[in-house]
Amino acid sequence: MEILRYTIYRFGTMLLTLLVVSVLIFIIINLPPGDYLSNQIAELKASGQSAGVAKAEFLRREYALDRPLWEQYMIWMGFMPGPNGFSGLIQGDYGWSFEFDRPVAEIVGDSLWLTVLVNFAAVMFVYAAALPLGVLAAAKSRTWIDYITALIGYLGLATPNFLLALIMFYYGHKYFDLPIGGLMDPVYEGQPMSWDKLQSILLHLIVPTFVIGTSGASAMQQRLRANMLDELGKPYVETAIAKGLSPARMLTKYPLRVAFNPFVADIGNLLPSMVSGSVLVSVVLGLQTIGPTLLTALKTQDQFLSAFVLMFVALLTLVGTMISDILLVMLDPRIRYEGREA
Amino acid sequence: MTQLPDGRYVDDAPYDPEASLRLPERRDLDAPNWLLIWRKFRKHRLGLISGIFLLSAYLLLPFAGFFAPYTANERDEERLYAPPQAINWWYEGKFIGPFVYPTTAEADLETFQWVFKPDTTRPMKLEFFCRRGSYKLAGLIETDLHLFCAPEGATIFLLGSDRLGRDVFSRILYGAQLSLTVGLIGIAVSFTLGILLGSMAGYFGGWIDWVINRAIEILRSLPELPLWLALSAAVPSNWGPVAVFFIISIILGILDWPGLARSVRAKFLSLREEEYVRAAEMMGATSGRVIRKHLLPNFMSHLIASATLSIPAMILGETALSFLGLGLRAPAVSWGVMLNDAQNLASIEIYPWTAVPMIPIIVVVLAFNFLGDGLRDSLDPYDH
Repeated sequence: MEILRYTIYRFGTMLLTLLVVSVLIFIIINLPPGDYLSNQIAELKASGQSAGVAKAEFLRREYALDRPLWEQYMIWMGFMPGPNGFSGLIQGDYGWSFEFDRPVAEIVGDSLWLTVLVNFAAVMFVYAAALPLGVLAAAKSRTWIDYITALIGYLGLATPNFLLALIMFYYGHKYFDLPIGGLMDPVYEGQPMSWDKLQSILLHLIVPTFVIGTSGASAMQQRLRANMLDELGKPYVETAIAKGLSPARMLTKYPLRVAFNPFVADIGNLLPSMVSGSVLVSVVLGLQTIGPTLLTALKTQDQFLSAFVLMFVALLTLVGTMISDILLVMLDPRIRYEGREA
Repeated sequence: MTQLPDGRYVDDAPYDPEASLRLPERRDLDAPNWLLIWRKFRKHRLGLISGIFLLSAYLLLPFAGFFAPYTANERDEERLYAPPQAINWWYEGKFIGPFVYPTTAEADLETFQWVFKPDTTRPMKLEFFCRRGSYKLAGLIETDLHLFCAPEGATIFLLGSDRLGRDVFSRILYGAQLSLTVGLIGIAVSFTLGILLGSMAGYFGGWIDWVINRAIEILRSLPELPLWLALSAAVPSNWGPVAVFFIISIILGILDWPGLARSVRAKFLSLREEEYVRAAEMMGATSGRVIRKHLLPNFMSHLIASATLSIPAMILGETALSFLGLGLRAPAVSWGVMLNDAQNLASIEIYPWTAVPMIPIIVVVLAFNFLGDGLRDSLDPYDH
């Protein structure tokens, strides 16, 4: 019951946060002077094409861009009825992309799921890589295993994501014959899901997952190692060894379970940076996630598209953080009653 | 040596039973705090080396133009994508000092690339303290003196030349000026905001604390890069490079403060209840004075260490933004701008030297990390 109450509470705070974030995003999107349509209208008028002007003016009215900013926000979010049935985000109408001249929903389409998939894979990779490496480095601290993992960790932290992407990309293709670019073979694009398509996606996921996850995995590995070292110095570990527990069993049974907590809690800090990384890496590797879409939309001031993508990215991190918080409460009863210190 | 009545022997030399306890610690008890920190920091080899490296790098920044053989945007139209050249010392078994071979460009009609052939019959000596393209020393003094440059008719592209025939090595030196300072300005912004808001939240508590805390939570839960992108996309494209540079570093700083503010707030919460704070308040000190004189000095050193650790994130941030074309723009030279050229696979495969700016980035980021780790470990000199 406690869990359920906490989940509901956490969900509520997430919604509130999302609301604040939407205001923030709306302000940022409207910071540059002018908007896509008024720029276009000015351009068309300058070159004397009146047919385009009429269409742009029509779109401007259709999407309420001629109203005051706060009204625009309310209409965009769907709190206020828009003109001619533009119903806003919360009713699933994401608006119109002026640059691509299609509805936003149509443009982002599949890429939303692929974005979730890429980030999920990266998070899994972080855990899969950081857990054994961190435990190993702590158990064999001050040996060459420790130093080598530390070196790899530092390099992973210091190499810019996008460069790692390019390097992996190049050598992955050259030596391991990994596919280049995209998230699936072009053959499967727009096809319904099938076994072959899934295989193709998985094969294409290897490089991006590795690239996006590396810096997160290094950070997490270092933290896990430090936590484990703290635990390993404690008397109960000595007792366990003295009583003749095998090292592997001793490690997994006691210190690991204590050190595991921050490991889960950390995902809240990790996720925003991983999503950031995935946007950047997607641009470099040409993945069909929303990263490249965001970049074009921002560069061309395509406001509905960029606002939606930003909202989606924020939602993704907020939901991820919420899930990690709830998992943490289930994992550690102490937190349940004290509440998590912010 | 005297013999006691009960038969034991005792040394006659004067003996103070507490001397041995006092002696080794005497030095440490008298030493000022910074000396203790320095002593401990010195033992952190990697941190020390990184610190010296970064210090010298920053000190040399104003003189980048002097060490670079070319100026930042000087083009050699004849030699686009020229590969790195070596400096030779020995010619036909004789030592004649540093020299280069002049190169001639030939078009390879099969691959449609320029092939640069060194003419090994004509060694040409490098010139030192020579006068070439003019630049501004430290941004102020106009001069044209270079440490070394290529003799007339030859080129010296230590790390090759880029798409427009500009020297990669010189550009790395010039790029360091922007890439390294962007982190400093960003951290100054984030430091000011973080300390101000964090101390307000921790000291006053109540609704101020609540509002600031929520702001921190929200900003921390958002992915940075998309916000950076959105903010930088809002920078008008007709602004000059200097204005763009400042606004980019401020943007980097604006999104970085929550982490710092959170640790400041946590420290304040625990220190606020100390007796000396209450004493100061009762003697009529204003809140500002209590915060500045009594609370902040307690953990200033910690803040400096954490600031050192967040500079690399800003350097990487600038690189990423410029790389995507939303950060610094073309006439300005930064490592990210240079890497923009290496954006596609083809250029990495055919002209790998265009990706060289990644090496200084990695080295600098690593150095900051090591320095920060060293500082953090040595800042508590009393803690053993």
